[in-house]
Amino acid sequence: MSFINYSSREINCKIVYYGPGLCGKTTNLQYIYNKTNPETKGKLISLSTETDRTLFFDFLPLSLGEIRGFKTRFHLYTVPGQVFYDASRKLILKGVDGVVFVADSQVERMEANIESMENLRVNLAEQGYDLNKVPFCIQYNKRDLPNAVSVEELRKVLNPRNVPDFQAVAPTGVGVFDTLKAVAKLVLTELRKGGQG
Amino acid sequence: MASQLVMYEEEFHKINAVCDRLTKDANAKVVFLVDKNGQLISAAGQTQHIDTTSLASLTAGNVAAMGGLAKLIGENEFPNQFHEGAKDSLYMTIVGSRVVLVVIFDNRTSLGLVRLRIKKASDELSKIFEALSRRAEAPGAGSPFAEISDADIDNLFSE
Repeated sequence: MSFINYSSREINCKIVYYGPGLCGKTTNLQYIYNKTNPETKGKLISLSTETDRTLFFDFLPLSLGEIRGFKTRFHLYTVPGQVFYDASRKLILKGVDGVVFVADSQVERMEANIESMENLRVNLAEQGYDLNKVPFCIQYNKRDLPNAVSVEELRKVLNPRNVPDFQAVAPTGVGVFDTLKAVAKLVLTELRKGGQG
Repeated sequence: MASQLVMYEEEFHKINAVCDRLTKDANAKVVFLVDKNGQLISAAGQTQHIDTTSLASLTAGNVAAMGGLAKLIGENEFPNQFHEGAKDSLYMTIVGSRVVLVVIFDNRTSLGLVRLRIKKASDELSKIFEALSRRAEAPGAGSPFAEISDADIDNLFSE
């Protein structure tokens, strides 16, 4: 649910990075934070445990520039991936405008990917959203690992609707901005339709 | 699904005026108005040294978490929260179940006065937000982005 302010001529949108534990959601945000100009970004907030696992969420505000005189701002959030943090995960999906699903390409995480995707569908539905309708992209992360499943296989299992998908190695930035741009475009296109966010 | 929050010039000025007045009346340091999804709507008082964007997002996270806790014990929500610090304290009130009014204050004022003034400001804000949602639902209040083109969107990403 975007926030349009005619007075300050700003538009704010919320994008949530979803996916199983340790798939690289926070790493995506850290890479974006490190590679963007200081004037276009705010502080990266991470509410994490002592062992750097996300406890509640990470948050990164980002300015993308102007469209027809409106400043566009994106608020990027990650959810905690670990299964038992489901109550917190639901809260972060409130008011979401676009979702990125970060999949872990490793063969032993396939089940976790599927479970997390199903969890996303259920939690979105609880907030009144349909995963088939919200702006949505998939990122196949950890492509550099030797035990990575083929992209064809991942697509077959996770992307039957053929939404925009990207291969990534988040720590080195491969695919990170491609994913962000794709979801941001989908969100803006949805806004144009005047959709219900 | 909640509808999009759209802010118009007239209501925006009214909201800012309420926040400004609350800052003075309650003798507070800062007053913020944040939407429940984490978007900052208005800020008044000594905001120079505060990261307002982060504050808005953490406020929303906190209110959402407390709302979740409330439901677990059979409450609908906790409309008021007070957090006391060594120097500065923070009071949060949910307004019209849509936005959160946050007041930061120190020992130059008292919790009692802050609560009293918040009550009044909260009633005024409720009315403004009711008017806003009526306006957004009115026919012809389409998306201001209806006319943007693919090229406009692409331009945003050209480096």
